[in-house]
Amino acid sequence: MQATVLVAGTAVGEALVLPEPLSLWGGLNPETGEIIDRRHPNTGQVVTGKVLVLPIGRGSSSASSILLEAVRLGTAPAAILTAEVDGILALGAAVARELYDHSPPVLVLDAAGYTAVQTGDYLQINEDGRVDIL
Amino acid sequence: MAIELTAEDEAMLAGERGTAVQMSMRILVTMAGVYGAGRLLDVTSAHIDGCLYHGESGLEFAERLVAGGAQVRIPTTLNVGAVDLLHPEHFQGSPALAARAARLMQAYEQMGCQPIWTCAPYQAMHRPVLGTDVAWAESNAIVFANSVLGARTNRYGDFIDICMAITGRAPAFGLHLPENRRGQLLFQLQDIPERLLREDVFFPVLGYLLGETAQSKIPVIEGLLPETTEDQLKALGAAAASSGAVALFHAVGVTPEAPTLEAAFQGRPSAQTIPVTLADLRQTLGKLGTAADGAIHVVALGSPHFSLAEFAAFMPLLEEYPPHPAVEFIVCTNRLVLAAVQQRGWLERLRAMRVRLVVDTCVVVAPIVRRQGGVLMTNSGKFAHYAPGNIGFEVVFGSLEECVRSANQGEVWRDVRLWRLEIGD
Repeated sequence: MQATVLVAGTAVGEALVLPEPLSLWGGLNPETGEIIDRRHPNTGQVVTGKVLVLPIGRGSSSASSILLEAVRLGTAPAAILTAEVDGILALGAAVARELYDHSPPVLVLDAAGYTAVQTGDYLQINEDGRVDIL
Repeated sequence: MAIELTAEDEAMLAGERGTAVQMSMRILVTMAGVYGAGRLLDVTSAHIDGCLYHGESGLEFAERLVAGGAQVRIPTTLNVGAVDLLHPEHFQGSPALAARAARLMQAYEQMGCQPIWTCAPYQAMHRPVLGTDVAWAESNAIVFANSVLGARTNRYGDFIDICMAITGRAPAFGLHLPENRRGQLLFQLQDIPERLLREDVFFPVLGYLLGETAQSKIPVIEGLLPETTEDQLKALGAAAASSGAVALFHAVGVTPEAPTLEAAFQGRPSAQTIPVTLADLRQTLGKLGTAADGAIHVVALGSPHFSLAEFAAFMPLLEEYPPHPAVEFIVCTNRLVLAAVQQRGWLERLRAMRVRLVVDTCVVVAPIVRRQGGVLMTNSGKFAHYAPGNIGFEVVFGSLEECVRSANQGEVWRDVRLWRLEIGD
């Protein structure tokens, strides 16, 4: 399927689909990659190396910092796929590219694509935004 | 989509204004693409959230800008940092961490930003006027600027905030464009007792409900009283921007872009109407806390930063119900308010009652609370939302009076009349 590219890149990884939005600030520990928002259904799960699939971020605008720090520490997801454009996540990735020359690609899936992806699927993200379920 | 750049934009992008300006412009152009903006526009002020330390990477970013000669082009204020620079002893983390956090704050000052260190800049004399384009970060400040002041900003965050301050430009999209400021969901207050509509505690609860339901949409609230205060709207917005990604709300007859219901929806009907009843609010109230009523260990107030009006309501309560010595009591505010509190003789009284005033920072973004874990009580929807994940406390939510009287007895005190349908029923 074809996704809209916000920050381009390639990645392969296992999908982790969050049924609810997540604020990375207060929601993700960049040292461990663990979801720490205790009100979130995926609390305690680790995003590192996963293709993180979520409706959208939420809450504080500091989320981009947490993503950048996760990239620096090597705990970031392999890629981020959302249902709606989330500029704060894209920004974290764009800055990571400036500072560290690499970042997880950030893409937006259409409604059909978004519902097609399940936790545990292996996904390949291509530079042009094509997403393949392996 | 191609982005139309002015000659000056092109010069900045080509590096003719220095490497910091160039990196800023490169990030802005990427983000214009992300948001589908066809051009950039001028912004008249900025509020920066990037000065809060989240790790080495943010410091690397800021120091790279400083090294590249960065100076802000427009009046720019700073949000909280991680260290109370007036009272550094409040910081409970390691000295190495405090030093890095202070270095980050210094880097932003070096770029010419005004060091007011507050999440409520709108109560510290930074008040853009109706219809002006600004570049603001910090979720509560964004929702306040848009909704209460009628200035126009998107939900900007760390990094892009300083890029816009350095270039004076922002991607022309979203809430900068008047047609995108139209209300999207109508929340109709139904049979809420008028008494409750005047209570401060009503607003973070309503805001939390709004954020959960509206997520990133623009809610319109019908049924608030015209005399709703600025602090009440501040609490509503902060909660809505915690449970959801609300960047703008309209309150009919209260906020500047919603003199009428019709104006809030720009003349078109609402797609969806959501009734809000007392039962709905009670349910949301339950979600704001994670602990059952019982012993409490910490009371924290002031997210967003406590205003002078909030102190004026707080002081007589505190005199009547001084905190129990075993309860840690913290209020977060900004330096201007601190000076006014001191001038009124309140600071001495607060110290005598062992209430700690924290400026420049706040308890959910930095290690300020001395106690490790336990139950924290607050009247702030934002503290209630973030305290469990960020600093590992269970949370009890209550009104200002409930917080003060609970601190007095060391366990939760409830004002049972607050959430009743009518007094006496």
